[in-house]
Amino acid sequence: MVTIAAIIYEPGSSIKNKTGTWRTFRPILDTNKCVKCENCYIFCPEGAIQEDENGNFKIDYDYCKGCLICMNECPVNAITKVREEK
Amino acid sequence: MQFPREELFAPGHRGCAGCGAAIVARLLLKAAGKDTIISNATGCLEVMTTPYPETAWRVPWIHTAFENAAATASGVEAAIKALKRKRGKYKDKKINVIAIGGDGGTADIGFQSLSGAMERGHDMLYIMYDNEAYMNTGIQRSSSTPFMAATTTSPAGSKIRGEDRPKKDVAMIMAAHGIPYVATACISYPEDFMRKVKKALSIEGPKFIQVLQPCTTGWGYPPEKTIEIGRLAVETGIFPLYEIENGEFRITYKPAKRKPVKEYLKMQKRYRHLTDEDIERIQKYIDEKCKLLGL
Ligand SMILES: Cc1ncc(C[n+]2csc(CCOP(=O)(O)OP(=O)(O)O)c2C)c(N)n1
Ligand code: SF4
Ligand code: SF4
Ligand code: SF4
Ligand SMILES: [Mg+2]
Repeated sequence: MVTIAAIIYEPGSSIKNKTGTWRTFRPILDTNKCVKCENCYIFCPEGAIQEDENGNFKIDYDYCKGCLICMNECPVNAITKVREEK
Repeated sequence: MQFPREELFAPGHRGCAGCGAAIVARLLLKAAGKDTIISNATGCLEVMTTPYPETAWRVPWIHTAFENAAATASGVEAAIKALKRKRGKYKDKKINVIAIGGDGGTADIGFQSLSGAMERGHDMLYIMYDNEAYMNTGIQRSSSTPFMAATTTSPAGSKIRGEDRPKKDVAMIMAAHGIPYVATACISYPEDFMRKVKKALSIEGPKFIQVLQPCTTGWGYPPEKTIEIGRLAVETGIFPLYEIENGEFRITYKPAKRKPVKEYLKMQKRYRHLTDEDIERIQKYIDEKCKLLGL
């Protein structure tokens, strides 16, 4: 007998769920100030900070939940916050 | 380019904003890479990553019951071994078998299955992601809840002063199993944690890593402080970072000068009932423990 468990065939299918709508504050990353220390990249719980085609770190607002860990951990204050307007 | 860029932990998961458990999973997969099978006990990490039919995992992953992440992983490991030996499958492939469970799933209900798997000598890594309470069911104390921390089942009132027992030392209990590798880690030190995962996976046999992850909801602090609080846990010595390789104990991060534990405690609501006298008691306890460890 084979017991059929609940199987998910699509790895990483949670990307359907755009968690950017959770935000109260929006982090803004100033590329000119960024020294590419990678703190924000490695500590973001969403993996929402990635390099763009020019190698600059960029925030993906589709998934960023606005926790502001990136802002807190940036050594050169390249990340600031603004309140989201609804 | 210092950290690996591959993202095996997808966004869209339902972890609270600033969730430390999500950081554990992301760093773990960056270190372990794609040839990895995960056995995940019920708890926040499982619930928030995998609301069926969605999942944040991009590696093979099994949701197992609250109490048996280690048993499931040991079965996976035995199956891989048999497939290699009897059917010649995956002959030259190294497959990482990793079990992951919360502090409740590890120190309490999953403890016997973990002890059994370690004692049987399975080639697997067990990760205890430690947020120091049963978070997914609403912040009940576990045996890994630290002394005097308030939870819903160790409340702070006029008679009860929060948790009345010291934090169970699971890493040292695992070391007493005589397994080849045991370590503690914290998400605020990603290089250290990832190096330990890589090292553990390069060693054959059972391995155990306890990784501390602050929890914004359960500990009571603003989400942006997750990493800062983890750093303070290590800098104050309340959560020391070490590894024990083949019985050799080694501190892997030694703060230049330990910070007073007050700095750590005062940032969290679960400790807001503490008096100066209580803090002094905790400080004394840490001083004694750190002396023992050579910190
Ligand atoms: C046998 C059993 N008892 C109780 C539960 C309910 N339950 C689900 S998760 C959980 C707490 C998990 O705590 P922990 O392992 O520390 O993980 P966390 O949620 O804190 O990440 C409990 C009690 C269960 N799923 N199975
Ligand atoms: S605010 Fe939080 S979720 Fe958004 S990019 Fe920064 S660390 Fe990531
Ligand atoms: S933390 Fe700041 S300096 Fe470092 S990579 Fe991010 S934005 Fe740049
Ligand atoms: S309760 Fe804590 S561990 Fe659970 S999802 Fe929220 S922040 Fe993460
Ligand atoms: Mg827990």
